[in-house]
Amino acid sequence: MKELAMSEDPVRLAEFEAKISAGEKIEPKDWMPELYRKNLIRMISQHAHSEIVGMLPEGNWISRAPSLRRKIVLLAKVQDEAGHGLYLYNAAETLGVDRSELLDNLHTGKAKYSSIFNYPSLSWSDMGAIGWLVDGAAMVNQVSLIGTSYGPYSRALVRICKEEAFHNRQGYESIATLCNGTDEQKEMAQDSLNRWWWPSIMMFGPSDKDSPHSELSLKWGIKTESNDALRQKFINQTVSQAEARGLVIPDPNLKFNEVTKNYDFSEIIWDEFNDVVRGNGVMNKVRLKARNEANDDGKWVREAAMAYASKKNQTKVA
Amino acid sequence: MLNDTQMPVWEVFCQSKTGKPYEHVGNVHASDSEMALQNARDVYSRRGSVVGIWVVPSKYIISSTPDDMGPFFDPGNDKIYRHPNFYKIPKGVNVDVH
Repeated sequence: MKELAMSEDPVRLAEFEAKISAGEKIEPKDWMPELYRKNLIRMISQHAHSEIVGMLPEGNWISRAPSLRRKIVLLAKVQDEAGHGLYLYNAAETLGVDRSELLDNLHTGKAKYSSIFNYPSLSWSDMGAIGWLVDGAAMVNQVSLIGTSYGPYSRALVRICKEEAFHNRQGYESIATLCNGTDEQKEMAQDSLNRWWWPSIMMFGPSDKDSPHSELSLKWGIKTESNDALRQKFINQTVSQAEARGLVIPDPNLKFNEVTKNYDFSEIIWDEFNDVVRGNGVMNKVRLKARNEANDDGKWVREAAMAYASKKNQTKVA
Repeated sequence: MLNDTQMPVWEVFCQSKTGKPYEHVGNVHASDSEMALQNARDVYSRRGSVVGIWVVPSKYIISSTPDDMGPFFDPGNDKIYRHPNFYKIPKGVNVDVH
């Protein structure tokens, strides 16, 4: 990887790295190392795939929301995720890649998406837990990523963060409502926390020393904070939110450390994460099938639209 | 003629309020201008604050390139006498519109 970086024009590379150090943004037409371009395409497109696939576990409960208010809110949230995916595909495309290629990679299983979406949404309270924990974790990550060196990605993230503000609030509100309800409702909320806690903190990825892309990502400002730092931030902010509702986080070793001022937590068992990343999660095949079907079922619409446009000879775009 | 493409790309500019400039917000994929406007509305105005949209096929946007940035913009960068502060007005007089 270092060898590949060194094969770039040294003068250009030095200028580029000086820009990064000065906190300047890199724009689409700027010179950039091939590895920077490739890494960004991978990272932004996988972020986009995550948004689109992320619509599925929540889409699952739209028809079964317990009230009209909850239904409207869930619809708006899922609609937002579609929009966020689009912002991100657009940002990836500014790097010179075709959307068809990105979607192909998703549909054939070649590209990854956040492994959190390979878990099933088993109960209504999972909608609250996902908003609270999964969007909560995503927000910690996305707010940090606004500082990314690539202009279009940064701008997309500003929009995403503004819109995502209601996502974790509505989740926490929903969980809080359940905790104030019947014993059965409170147990359901606790059960959701039990199942979503560890996958949520694993969303931040392995320790950077175990993460293959981290070194260059940090060096070139693609990301500005380490996986572990972001994970700690999320845990620190979330513990009291659970305690306030009388919910127990499923980690017997979770304890506030007076010296570090951070919450200590149990060693993460990465085997499960790695297994899910490899495609063996409960829902991996289901998610991929759903996306492939959506793509295949929509093909006639795309073809008809293009045929109609040619026929009408609208503003020449072909 | 019938092939499965992701459709051409259009750049989107939005106006947040009448009188304000149109600002580039991103792009959409669409088969024609009508779809482009609708997609732009769906993608870029979910939080309101959009009163006008322009869509332009991306291929019609011509842009300066960063390598031009030095010489192309040089003439405007060092003419400090185009700025009001270059001029010293004697004390006690205000020549600005007030």
